[in-house]
This record gives sequence, C-alpha cells and structure tokens, in this order.
Amino acid sequence: MFARFSLMTTQVPGDALVSLKAVNKHYGQLHVLKDINLNVRKGEVVVVIGPSGSGKSTLCRAINRLETIDDGKIAIDGKELPEEGKELAKLRADVGMVFQSFNLFAHKTILENVTLGPIKVKGVPKAQADKDAMALLERVGVGHQAPKLPAQLSGGQQQRVAIARALAMKPKVMLFDEPTSALDPEMINEVLDVMIQLAKEGMTMIVVTHEMGFARKAADRVVFMADGQIVEDATPEEFFTNPKSTRAKDFLSKLLTH
Amino acid sequence: MPESAHRGSGNRPPIFAPVRDTQPKDVMDVIIENLPLYWEGFLRTLFLSAVSGVIALVLGTVLAAARVSPVAALRGFSMTYVEILRNTPLTIAFFFAAIVLPRLGVKFEQFEVAAIIALSAYTAAFIAEAVRSGVNSVPVGQAEAARSIGMKFGQVLSLIILPQALRTVIPPLINILIALVKNSSVAGAFFVLELFGYGRQLANANGDAVLAVLLGVAFFYLLITVPLGILASTVERKVAIAR
Repeated sequence: MFARFSLMTTQVPGDALVSLKAVNKHYGQLHVLKDINLNVRKGEVVVVIGPSGSGKSTLCRAINRLETIDDGKIAIDGKELPEEGKELAKLRADVGMVFQSFNLFAHKTILENVTLGPIKVKGVPKAQADKDAMALLERVGVGHQAPKLPAQLSGGQQQRVAIARALAMKPKVMLFDEPTSALDPEMINEVLDVMIQLAKEGMTMIVVTHEMGFARKAADRVVFMADGQIVEDATPEEFFTNPKSTRAKDFLSKLLTH
Repeated sequence: MPESAHRGSGNRPPIFAPVRDTQPKDVMDVIIENLPLYWEGFLRTLFLSAVSGVIALVLGTVLAAARVSPVAALRGFSMTYVEILRNTPLTIAFFFAAIVLPRLGVKFEQFEVAAIIALSAYTAAFIAEAVRSGVNSVPVGQAEAARSIGMKFGQVLSLIILPQALRTVIPPLINILIALVKNSSVAGAFFVLELFGYGRQLANANGDAVLAVLLGVAFFYLLITVPLGILASTVERKVAIAR
C-alpha cells in the first residue's frame, strides 16, 4: 500500500517524538485499531481525519493511555508508555490533551483550571503558576475571564481555556480530540485560530478533526483513517487534490457536496 | 441541670433516679419532672451519634476511594465489607462489637466503645455507597482531564472528583446520619445508657404514663434529626442554585 511505503521511506524512527508500532485494539468483537503504524516528528502537525467510527478518537486517546491497547507499542520521545501508576502520570504531564467536551474542572475557576497542574503535578510555586497562567490565558484571549467558573464561559472560550490548561504543563506534544465538534459554528474559528497560531510556533500536534480548512492551512500531514486502519498518509495538498484510495475519494466527495 | 453529671450506670445521684409517683398525672408532668434524665440521655445520644458519625464519614470515604481505585484487591475488600455490613442487621454488628471483639482480645472499659465501633462500622458501609454513587455522578471527562495533565489517582480523587461528588452526596449523607441517630438507640439494648435506654427506665418507673414518656423520648430524637433534615434541604437548594 502507498501509505505504508511513504511511512517507511520518509520516517526515521529514531527521529519520532510519537511512535506507534503495530497497535491493535478491540472493543469486544469490534476491531477498532488495526495494526496502526504512525510516527510523528518533533514540530510536526498531523491531522487525523476519517468517517465517524473509524477509530481516530481511540487512536488519539491511546497515545496518552486514556485507552489501553491490546498489543503493539506506543512510545513518546523514545519512552514506551508505562503501566498505570506514577510513571504514566509523569509521562502524561508531557502530553497535552484537549477534549471534544472541554472537560474544564467544573468546581475551579478559570485561573485555577490552568494553575492546578503546574502547582500540584510540577510543584511550581503558586505566584509563578498564577503569572504563567495569566500569560497563557491572555495569549488565548480569555485573560479577563480568569476569576469566573467554566460554566459562565461560552463553549469557544472554554475550549481556549482547555488549550491553555494543557499548555501550562509545557507539553512536548499536544493531542486534540475533535476540539471543535461540540462548538457552535461561530465559535469554531476562535479555537482554530489559537491552534493555527500554536502550529506556527512549532508545537508538535496530533489533531483529530472534521475541519478540512484547518487541515489545509496548518497540517504538515493528513492521516486518513477508515474502519480502524490508516488508509492514507500524505501532505494536505496531495490528499485533498489527489486522494489515492477510493475510500478517501468517497469521503471527500461527501464533504464537498454539502 | 445537675451540677455534676455522673456518667455511666453506676452510682447515680438521687436527682437522676426516675421520679416515681403513685398519683395519676398530666402528660407534661412526667416529662418535666424527668427533664434532667432526658437531657442526660439526649447528650449521650448526641455524643454517640457525633463520634460514630465522624468515624463513619472518614471510614466510608476511604472505602469508597478503595472501591474506585485501580487496585483490584482494594476494590474487592471494599465491596465485600460494604455488602456484608449493609445487608446484615445492625444488632449483629452490635453483638460482634460487644461480645465477639472482647473474646478476640479487643478489650474496652465501657460498652459505649463497642457501641461506637458497631455504629461507625455499620454506617460506614452506607456512606461508602453514597459517596461511590456521588463519584459516579461526576462526568468521566473530569477524571480524564485530570489524568491527562499528569495527576496521580489520589490527586484526581481528592482534588477533582470528591469535591464535585460532595455536592450531590450531601443530602443522602445527611439521611444516613439521621438513620445513625435513630440506630444509636440499639445501644440501649447493650447496656449503654442513652436517650432510649433512659426512656425505658422511665417507662418502667411510670407504668401509667408510658405514652408520655415515649413522646418525650421522641421529642428529644427530633431535636437532633429535624435540624439535620433542615440542613439537608438547605444544602440541596444551594446545590440546585450552584448548577
């Protein structure tokens, strides 16, 4: 298959910040991840797209072990994901995650949401954490909301706070699991703008999304998944203008007719 | 109120002896004449309930934490404990604490200690279940977000899950505490003098006014349980607003 071929030629495994090798996962009878191989280099922005149920969210969640895998290997910065426990917690602190449903801590203020990780996990002094958090909140454009509770913010604002919360841990890589799918249309762009900015600054990102505009603008590579498999792995230009598989052609044609 | 309230069932100053009268009398008279005795019983019941309640809250929360922990042995222990304690009568817990424990070498001076052990062990099982259901009511995304910024299990639970669970759990917890106050009357059957125990003494001494005596006992129980109930509904209203 073409995708496999390009993987083998363009990727140097030692160079990979995130690497998945022969990863398989089943939900009972359902084979959700079929022999997944993926390498993401430092500074690379990889967009994962595909029809719903194709396993792209599961793939994203498996990378910081929110989903366990049946077999295969996942390594971050050369270190294989450990079993649940202290070591895993440590590794997760280096992997930022942004969820579809924001998942801001409902009982904490916006500022506390961002400072909690640095203070409790990294032991950063509170004054320093507050200062850093305010800078991050300003950067994503919600600085003036700092004393409020998450429920008082719009979806778009909450998601930008969630990005700030993840960034506060100074992660090596950021995972985005459909970050704009739960947002009203007019709020999608404010979140995408933050993500595009982040990509420009050189953050390593793995983004599961349906936003083709973002994929075109910010992605270095597009990974197309269907039925638990990586069907294509190409540059956005290549993928959108000249998809190789019929599955991808079919998917893209459906997008364009609406 | 007497100046010196002697605890325990031993040498009691005369003022604490049930007032006995051969003349038939008014309902209120029996209660008013024995107010010091009622008060003493009320304080004993309050003490038993408060101490057992605090121990049960701590133990119950630990059990609930064990129940949701990643360690299978802890989950199993917690589940077994809860299922045994909440599915057997309280009287059995009392028998264990008062009779079996001393034979196993756990000695205590007063039966009150046995009563506290039985009441807290029994109530903890219910509290564990209430806290667990509260933990389950917190959306799973909250824990995932906490884990994804590198928090360990203990931190996820104590910083993120329990504070949010507590809001939904307080009303059922207060119901359990109300049941605890009433359950403490079982201690009366195990030589612990508390409100119900004194009530029985009074009823024996005033055979013609049993109804009045029991009404008095009920009143003093209500003195503890009704404020708890009011607290529960206040908290419930506050939580409703907070959402």
